[in-house]
Amino acid sequence: MTRDQALFQFLLRLGDSTLILSHRVSEWCGHAPVIEEDIALANTALDLIGQTQFWLELAGEVEGKGRSADDLAYLRDVWDFRNLLLVERPNGDFGKTLMRQFLFDAFQSLMLGKLLKSSDKRVADIAEKASKEVAYHVERSAGTVVGLGDGTPQSHTRMQAALDDLYPYVGEMFVSDAVDAVLIKVGIAPDPASLRADWDALVGRVMQDATLDIPKDAFTHKGGKTGTHTEHLGYILADMQFLQRAYPGAEW
Amino acid sequence: MVIASLPSVAQVWDCLDTIADPEIPVITLVDLGIIRDVKWQQDQLVITITPTYSGCPATRVINEDIVSALNHKGVKNLRLERRLSPAWTTDWMSEKGRIALEDYGIAPPEAKGTPARCPQCGGDDLERTSQFGSTPCKALWRCKSCLEPFDYFKCI
Repeated sequence: MTRDQALFQFLLRLGDSTLILSHRVSEWCGHAPVIEEDIALANTALDLIGQTQFWLELAGEVEGKGRSADDLAYLRDVWDFRNLLLVERPNGDFGKTLMRQFLFDAFQSLMLGKLLKSSDKRVADIAEKASKEVAYHVERSAGTVVGLGDGTPQSHTRMQAALDDLYPYVGEMFVSDAVDAVLIKVGIAPDPASLRADWDALVGRVMQDATLDIPKDAFTHKGGKTGTHTEHLGYILADMQFLQRAYPGAEW
Repeated sequence: MVIASLPSVAQVWDCLDTIADPEIPVITLVDLGIIRDVKWQQDQLVITITPTYSGCPATRVINEDIVSALNHKGVKNLRLERRLSPAWTTDWMSEKGRIALEDYGIAPPEAKGTPARCPQCGGDDLERTSQFGSTPCKALWRCKSCLEPFDYFKCI
């Protein structure tokens, strides 16, 4: 695998994860429990879609086949997506959406922190922009997880159920493979496995404040980063890609 | 044959300082601090712009407004460049912009991360109602003296 082939895959992992999560979060638009939360979710989705544009635009440039960010977002099928399985999980209730957001934000803030020092300036520049936004996201999602976890008996029970349900999907964030090996060697990206200790510490602190128990079972679902997805991704793409498939090249 | 003279770099800055932010029309693009460089490369004008937030929908409108304003000044050969690093910070907002924001009812960004006072009554007994507001750059706050809600321009 060449450096650019590895970088292309890595950029798809970043860009597809922010794209699919932004789509999931945007499903809440007009449905959140209170208007402030509705606005906050929409703003978070907007930041994520903006970051997606940067990552996928660079992916297209690195690939060198003339594909734009839109081509990559709208004209690939499920098996070409490289997002984490975690972000394609259905929203569930508001608490579960925010639990998923926090588990992802905690990872993303650490990953972007390392990418600030990437040997590839294009990657470092995007990380610099995105990390400012993600610092905000993690502050909010952590605060909401604590508020609901350490809240009423009902909110506590729901947040514990959300954590139990989503936890088998967090391990995939830290899986390293041949793509990572190439990029670690040239200093473009960190070893995802090296982020685990800091993630465990951050998530441990927040779950303690939230009075939630982290599941002991270490079983991990994986495959998203190499294109093996759950049944949910196809439905997301059917919704997201419909317009460009039915009306190719449509603009507004 | 009459050849219209092209504007100087200083005149281009003046022109950009008349273009209002599409979502907060009381401040200009120059006030916002997103114009990072203006230069002529031979007969092409190059304007370097940095986005406020990655997904801010105003970015596209801002680019269109710049092109249209400069076309009006006779500049046809124009290139807009995006610069991500250094990332935009509210430290780049002009003093004129900060004053205009507060007059408009939006508390300007503060280094400590919270508004200095209520833009309506000047009270300092404030609480945050949401980390996010009606645009990516704002948060929602409320004044406990006059009981009015207000926008705070987030400090990043």
